[in-house]
Amino acid sequence: MSWEIVIGLEIHVQLATKSKLFSGAKVGFGAEANTQTTLVDLGMPGALPVFNEEALRMAVTFGTAINAEVCKHSVFARKNYFYPDSPKGYQTSQMDHPIVGLGHLDIQLEDGSTKRVGVTRAHLEEDAGKSLHEDYDGMTGIDLNRSSTPLLEIVSEPDMSNAKEAVAYMRKMHAIVTTIGISDGNMAEGSMRCDANVSIRPKGQQKLGTRAELKNINSFKFIERAINVEVQRQIDILEDGGKIAQETRLYDADKNETRPMRSKEEANDYRYFPCPDLLPVEIDDAYIDAIRQSLPELPDQRSARFVDQLGLSEYDAGVLSSSRALADYFEAVVAICNDAKLSANWVTGELAKYMNQNNVEIDAAPVSAVHLGQLISRVKDDTINSKGAKTVFDELWQQAGEVDDIIDANGLKQVSDMGAIEAMIDEVIALSPKQVQQYVDAEVEKRSKMLGFFMGQVMKASKGSANPGQVNGLFKKKLDELC
Amino acid sequence: MALENADIEKIAILARLQVINSETNDYANSISSILSLIDQMQQVDTDGVEPLSNPHDATQRLRKDEVTCDNQREAFIAIAPATEDGLYLVPKVLD
Repeated sequence: MSWEIVIGLEIHVQLATKSKLFSGAKVGFGAEANTQTTLVDLGMPGALPVFNEEALRMAVTFGTAINAEVCKHSVFARKNYFYPDSPKGYQTSQMDHPIVGLGHLDIQLEDGSTKRVGVTRAHLEEDAGKSLHEDYDGMTGIDLNRSSTPLLEIVSEPDMSNAKEAVAYMRKMHAIVTTIGISDGNMAEGSMRCDANVSIRPKGQQKLGTRAELKNINSFKFIERAINVEVQRQIDILEDGGKIAQETRLYDADKNETRPMRSKEEANDYRYFPCPDLLPVEIDDAYIDAIRQSLPELPDQRSARFVDQLGLSEYDAGVLSSSRALADYFEAVVAICNDAKLSANWVTGELAKYMNQNNVEIDAAPVSAVHLGQLISRVKDDTINSKGAKTVFDELWQQAGEVDDIIDANGLKQVSDMGAIEAMIDEVIALSPKQVQQYVDAEVEKRSKMLGFFMGQVMKASKGSANPGQVNGLFKKKLDELC
Repeated sequence: MALENADIEKIAILARLQVINSETNDYANSISSILSLIDQMQQVDTDGVEPLSNPHDATQRLRKDEVTCDNQREAFIAIAPATEDGLYLVPKVLD
């Protein structure tokens, strides 16, 4: 049977505020346990929350960035559940009146087409603390530093139909939240994580299948893998005549499998009600418009500029604007070497390849934009050829260094001295009478292919430092003179 | 709306409250009578009335995004029943 996959994502974005959503405690990753809490975060009786205005501004900024409805009236609600890393016994969230309503996001698919994914809503909520299950005399340790850290939960419509689309959507969200500066987007530190609702149904069927919710996926790679193994698991069950249970599952990256976390039946009864400690949040058009006016250049606009002003292809522009860090890097490279097309080729080619192979994001790439720009400049001014440039790039990736030093140290400077090249060519011709004869005897249209052999000899003799363009031209001229 | 004993047991689990078997029936009766009062209230015609999220005619005050509290761990730890390495200890949780 042919199956159709239905995916919806809930993305949690940690807002980059200095203090917490409802208290004046510091927000920060990696601090010593329980050093960033107040009585409010500990859920002490009588301690009252006060809403952080910056979290509100950030949520509204997001709403305007995705052209969503921004709600002038929003209400905090209590989501009740018991877990020791949430000492209040509830999470302060938003239910009936979220701050951001319906919106959408356009994602670029691999075939170059665009797909619109609906955004159902985005609401503000507080994060919980952390449970440490290492054995403390048979007890669990609780660190409440993360408690009350502001989160924006962005809920999508079930509009994605394969894992790649889900990744594209997540990447686009990442690009937007980092571009508008509401989050550092650091997935390894949990600043952005997602839950994926995955179900399958026979192709053509209207009714949605039973879904499983994959919790807390914290890398782009894992989203794709987790969804793919979950889809396969569901197909296997249904094709064996079984039934999918509605449940929460966890993706285990080491085993590349998903497994059930807990039954949702009971946990799901959150008994939401409006939080009596917080009043409704009211904002006006002037507030929203002012934020809309101050939006920076968004990823789609940047992509369009790359096409219009820098002459990039739609595809390259889409890839390069897919994250703010990557787009900034690319523009820094162009600023140095002044060649957008070559810069795009290097960033999406060699640099992307190394990043992939070494599992490194652009922020951590050991080759700086300045160095790559200088390297491309050296290709442009014919100091080195593209093969030599790859050697330099590899060196820069492996260890710190300066472009020109590496070129000198490795003897990569192209021999553009026509006299020296001519001497090498003459020598190769003299030493290869058989190949020269074959060239002379060959039909004219087949000759250009035969140049490869002679080129190879000279590149070998010059240890790759000859300018291939010059060698090619000169060889052709010399050999054709013999015909 | 009348609650069954099974409802009481479920609510008790959700609220992490221990209810002794012999009391389950009493709770079912008491809570059912509260719910019947609510049923009575729901007879009132509320068509066209906006749901009220807060009885005060006021809106939420906002706080500047500033860190206003220093580390008070020692004071908080001192009133916790069990701690280790700066962590609060609770009965083992398995997920």
